[in-house]
Amino acid sequence: MQWHSVLLLSIALGCSARAPGAPAPALAPPVVLPSAQEVALRTQTADQQVRQAIDRLTFGARPGDYEKVREIGVDRWIAGQLDPARIDDRATDAFMAHFPTLASAPADLVREYPPPRLVKAQAKREAEKQRGAPGTAGDAGATSDTGKQNTGAAFTHDDSVELRQARRGAQRVIADVQSARVARAVMSDRQLQEVMTDFWENHFNVFAGKGPERYYLASFDENVIRPRALGKFRDLLEAVAKSPAMLYYLDNWESTANPDEPTLAAVPAGRASERSRLPRAPGLRPGLRPGRRFPAGAAEGGRASRAGADTSRTKAKLAARRPKGLNENYGRELMELHTVGVDGGYTQADVIAAARAFTGWSIDRPNLGGAFIFRPAVHDAGVKIFLGDTLRAGRGIEDGEQVLDILANSPATARFIATKLVRRFVSDSPPPALVDRAAATFTRTGGDIRETLRTIFTSSEFFSREAYKAKVKTPFELVVSALRATDAAPDTTPRTAQRIARLGEPIFGHRDPNGWPETGDAWINTGSILNRINFGLEFATGRLPGESLARWEHESGLDTLSRAAQVDAVIGALLGGEASPDTRKVLVQGVNPLLAGAAAAPAGAAAAPAMSIAPATKVEGFAQLVGLALGAPEFQRR
Amino acid sequence: MNRRVFVKSGALALVTMGLSPTFLRRTVFAQALPKTSKGKVLICLFQRGAADALNVVVPHGEDEYYRLRPTIGIPRPTKLMAGSAGVAGGAPGAVDLDGFFGLHPALAPFLELWNRGLLGPVHAVGSPSTTRSHFDAQDFMETGTPDVKSTADGWLNRYLAVQGTCAECALKSSPFRAVSLSQQTPRILEGTTPTIAMASIGEFSIRATGSDVERLEALYRTGSADLIHGTGTETFDAMKMLRAANPGQYAPANGAEYPRSPFGQDLRQIAQLIKSDVGLEIAFADVGGWDTHVNQGNVTGQLAGRLADFGTSISALVTDLGDRMDDVVILTMSEFGRMAKQNGNGGTDHGHAGAMFVIGGSVRGHRVHGRWPGLGPDQLYQGRDLALTTDFRSVFSEIVCKHLGAVEVGKLFPGFEGKREEWVGVLA
Repeated sequence: MQWHSVLLLSIALGCSARAPGAPAPALAPPVVLPSAQEVALRTQTADQQVRQAIDRLTFGARPGDYEKVREIGVDRWIAGQLDPARIDDRATDAFMAHFPTLASAPADLVREYPPPRLVKAQAKREAEKQRGAPGTAGDAGATSDTGKQNTGAAFTHDDSVELRQARRGAQRVIADVQSARVARAVMSDRQLQEVMTDFWENHFNVFAGKGPERYYLASFDENVIRPRALGKFRDLLEAVAKSPAMLYYLDNWESTANPDEPTLAAVPAGRASERSRLPRAPGLRPGLRPGRRFPAGAAEGGRASRAGADTSRTKAKLAARRPKGLNENYGRELMELHTVGVDGGYTQADVIAAARAFTGWSIDRPNLGGAFIFRPAVHDAGVKIFLGDTLRAGRGIEDGEQVLDILANSPATARFIATKLVRRFVSDSPPPALVDRAAATFTRTGGDIRETLRTIFTSSEFFSREAYKAKVKTPFELVVSALRATDAAPDTTPRTAQRIARLGEPIFGHRDPNGWPETGDAWINTGSILNRINFGLEFATGRLPGESLARWEHESGLDTLSRAAQVDAVIGALLGGEASPDTRKVLVQGVNPLLAGAAAAPAGAAAAPAMSIAPATKVEGFAQLVGLALGAPEFQRR
Repeated sequence: MNRRVFVKSGALALVTMGLSPTFLRRTVFAQALPKTSKGKVLICLFQRGAADALNVVVPHGEDEYYRLRPTIGIPRPTKLMAGSAGVAGGAPGAVDLDGFFGLHPALAPFLELWNRGLLGPVHAVGSPSTTRSHFDAQDFMETGTPDVKSTADGWLNRYLAVQGTCAECALKSSPFRAVSLSQQTPRILEGTTPTIAMASIGEFSIRATGSDVERLEALYRTGSADLIHGTGTETFDAMKMLRAANPGQYAPANGAEYPRSPFGQDLRQIAQLIKSDVGLEIAFADVGGWDTHVNQGNVTGQLAGRLADFGTSISALVTDLGDRMDDVVILTMSEFGRMAKQNGNGGTDHGHAGAMFVIGGSVRGHRVHGRWPGLGPDQLYQGRDLALTTDFRSVFSEIVCKHLGAVEVGKLFPGFEGKREEWVGVLA
């Protein structure tokens, strides 16, 4: 690609992105914009190009967005979105204070909101203690707020109250991270970064419902994915590989060398360079870490000396729980889903080699919200052949890192990632030539996501007529786009996230590692169409917190317009500015053109039974117009 | 797209005028359907995640089983219980079926089905593909073309397409002919013939006044014929039909009690749809949680929990349907089985052959079907998994032919050379 014009935008970008009083960013690098020849290849009109850019790089236009992007110039605006660090997003960050659990480290979350089954187990243990020693005042207060002594029954009323609280608390942890995702998508000015966070969290799918996974999600979202969403793929891949969220989800945390393989058992665990910097949880009981062996003076310091204080019973219990073998799950999905793809040319032997390389990549106290730790004692240090390369014997964490290097550099990975990106941003049938160019950029730049996206967003395919409004909105995109279009305030309650879940896309709720579907035909079926239409009607009656059609109507001046003019405005705001004459007629007059002039039964309603099982809501005026528009086929697209 | 719309709204009119559009007269199913195909229902239930067949239909008569699974194996039945009415009180082992095979104790509700001759387990059945990827293997089983990724449609959709091409069949094309109780259309039903996916019957309606519903309908019926408009049009057709049938308040019959689980409620609604006589012929539901790599338990634990829900739900469905079970076949499937030997984490890794249940009035009961290859070291597939002795397409073909009356099944499984003589004979 030949760039023929170069514009220096440091001053322009600095002025438009920086809020008064903010520290001055470093001088922006020169931004290269597409040439006039390249722009001439685009078959979309100028207006369509603006809408396309907004539809694809954001979660939907807010009032005024079309005008703003048109003024800045679509290519310049795209360049700005590709550089989120220069966009002031402090308001969004400040809003996260509404979700208090986000700020806590996983270990603190586990303490404050223990999982219900732990509470239950604790209650059972206390009850058994009571039964074993009747008449002792003992720990009567442990599970009972009122200090009532527990009887022989396994649960008292107080236990079940505590259990209910525990369930609510555990639910709170998930709800906060889901609501934060929604709020960021609704309000952040770093829209492309949010879209890419959504993309990568689907690519690196994890499931909130598995074990203690929920405690790791906020950190996964904020510390692992979002900061790297537009960076180097290799960095993202490693951060994910070392994240407790992924280590737990794909079972690698308990994958250990098979008994017949050599390990690094003589080496002390937890070398400082391999530890994540999470704050240590105080009050941890000593000796609760299976697999550790500490020579005197090891990096662990004080804890090492207390390790010898284990009772033999605890040791036996730990020994019984200690995992004893290789788990292939992560090794397989790393290749099949994260990097080279199922046709990437690997064999079962490679899966095993990868799994062996990642033995020892684990979590320190996984049920207590611990951090990444590398355990040499269970790392398979034998020689391995992976995709034709030799992983030398006797190494530790370097084995896994080399596997990540090999995979990140593979042309198959470039192609796999490029295909997914083009599918997300251009069309369900990714144009092969664009995939080729995007993969080439990926390879040439050492896996630079930003540059790969730039190749896509400046391409003629991205701005082709075939790609216009070609994608179907996922439930997440549907709901967020409705909120943004009507200038809604972000929701501080979990209700919006719940509505998205009921539309079929619970956030962090996909059980299998392959993530949500990426093509429209998977999201559109008779049931989902009804669900989406019903969503539109609920929205029109003000059921989602934060939205206010009345406010939008007033602030945008729509309440002063005639119905016909309102329809045009709504078509502009919600339906991409283009609607067929029939659609317009239906929205303006509320008349069914199919019945007009046909010799049908009067309105059809007399002969047919009631159309809805559920109670019908009557919407009128502006709300009715919005409800119809949100349920319309055009609103399902982006 | 045009053909579909035509078949649904145009064909009926044509037939009543005595005309049969030529494109409907396809040769494959040119013969009139046998009368027995009227009102037959096939319910396919997919256990996603590769259910551990060896712990579901337990080969307790095989010593190797216990050598391979020292801690997760299901103990032998404490006494043989063939013919008895229920599980012996407190017996911790397998529920015996025929002296060699037994059921996981959490599937105790199936014993009654076995005793009534309704239960036809098929063992060592699965896909010849060597893939150990869940997604690929599910894809292959749903498209009915192992190792071919380019197949665009599911085998059940091909059945619908092929079966719906004679004049009388046009009358069968109710929008509810094939229903999946799920948010998304499963691969097995993807294809040119329209099918319905609904998360629940209750959600299959629009919460608005009649006039607003009509307006919304107009928005979908006008405009370009694309995926969204086309599907929307079908949606409105189907909704009207369902309202007319009025499933309303549903009370399961014969004292059937469905679990409150999603799977249990899916089956309850399938029963509801069957009894509403909306023309349901194919029903589909799936249930996950079978990928027991870690800590799967034995008579209790993770797998047992899944099986309890599974068994109780299906048993409730059979009870609820009562006499209708003469016209119903329930078919369970999973993409592959699990390794014969337990792994280092108290679970099992991906395997090869697995087991299916065929349940219905026409089942040849009181036996486990298929050919048992054994679990000896030289009998295992790749030295690690239960070997395949029956191709899943063979079982599917037999059911589609004998139960649904499909005359030629060759079109359903392109590339499959299986012969009628090789069918396991699970159906009479």
